[in-house]
Amino acid sequence: MNTRTIEIAVGLFVAAGMAALFMLAMKVSNLATYGCSEGYVISARFDNIGGLKVRSPVSASGVRVGQVVAIEYDSDGYEARVSMSIDPQYDKFPVDTAASIMTSGLLGEQFVGLQPGAEEEFLAAGSEIELTQSALILEQIIGQFLYSMKDEES
Amino acid sequence: MMFLIDKLQSLGHKSLSSVQRLGRGHVFLLQVLPAMEGMLFRPGLLIRQMYSVGVLTLLIIVVAGLFVGMVMALQAYYALVDFGAEDSVSVMLVLSLLRELGPVITALLFAGRAGSALTAEIGLMKATEQLSGMEMMAVNPIERVIAPRFLAGFLSMPLLAAIFSAIGVMGGYIVAVELLGLDAGAFWSQAVAKVDLYHDLGNGMIKSAVFGFVVVWIAVFEGYDCVPTSDGLGRATTRTVVHSSLAVLGLDFVLTALMFSE
Repeated sequence: MNTRTIEIAVGLFVAAGMAALFMLAMKVSNLATYGCSEGYVISARFDNIGGLKVRSPVSASGVRVGQVVAIEYDSDGYEARVSMSIDPQYDKFPVDTAASIMTSGLLGEQFVGLQPGAEEEFLAAGSEIELTQSALILEQIIGQFLYSMKDEES
Repeated sequence: MMFLIDKLQSLGHKSLSSVQRLGRGHVFLLQVLPAMEGMLFRPGLLIRQMYSVGVLTLLIIVVAGLFVGMVMALQAYYALVDFGAEDSVSVMLVLSLLRELGPVITALLFAGRAGSALTAEIGLMKATEQLSGMEMMAVNPIERVIAPRFLAGFLSMPLLAAIFSAIGVMGGYIVAVELLGLDAGAFWSQAVAKVDLYHDLGNGMIKSAVFGFVVVWIAVFEGYDCVPTSDGLGRATTRTVVHSSLAVLGLDFVLTALMFSE
């Protein structure tokens, strides 16, 4: 086989490898969301964050608007402090927006849901959401339910 | 009593010779790595080896990747449909392809297809005294024969693993969307939401580069170090496949524990 054919074949091989990497990066990984991760960061305090993790989604009306960037325990207020990065295109959340930790489906992952309020002013970088609702812990709910059953019987 | 001592002696002999082989392998590696810079001036040698190591391995990689992806999608669907989580088929498929199956299966196939061919080729060159002939002509066989093959294998492996994973994802897409009727948008968006560029794709590529290095190192060393007879050549080829497969699986555990343990 002559050198030209071999070189063309190797060129095709390398190009196919690069194309495969590119396809994996663009189609099935979060490369596309890296560009707009330069959002503004807001925070919220929760009594209990349940199974929330860093990189969990933040959504409003079911649409993903950002992601959790940090979770820490505030030992002064005995609360969890969750920092969220919101995409800059969604910059019109009123200051009385409520944040709650929800679960997608019965067994799904947990995410922060934002419920816009009615104020005229908007949340900006560094501001904190006052109205929060903790994660629903299924075991606690079942426990409370069982206790109330027992009360009714007695 | 004599019998016991004979046994002990043979055990000692085996241990010593395997330690010696290990040492020779490392000395060999130290000879090959400096010879790499010769490749800068002779890219033609590298391209010819990329052809025989990479391009000719492509077919088995593509076919294996397609079927692995399709089977993964079928099995993941079967497991997840009970929980109503069949949209997560793509997450399971893509994560296992990028993190494990892509690098590992590619490395195993690479050891069987390209590694054994490298060992046999270099071993036959040694048996027919082509390597000594080169030395007689003041051509360094490590620079001329070993280094291009080593570099070609090392460069081909990550490319092959990427092609394997990409074809696997496409095979899974065909089964999940066309055959099982899942939503195409959910297929891609679930994967995008869960797969991290650096953590999953990047670490998978690092894995495949490490596997490529180890497999090609074992392959060229076994060829260079083989007993130059037809019997020795056969054993060297077998050893290449066995040792590099075991090395890949063992290293995979170590790398996974280092990369993905959180």
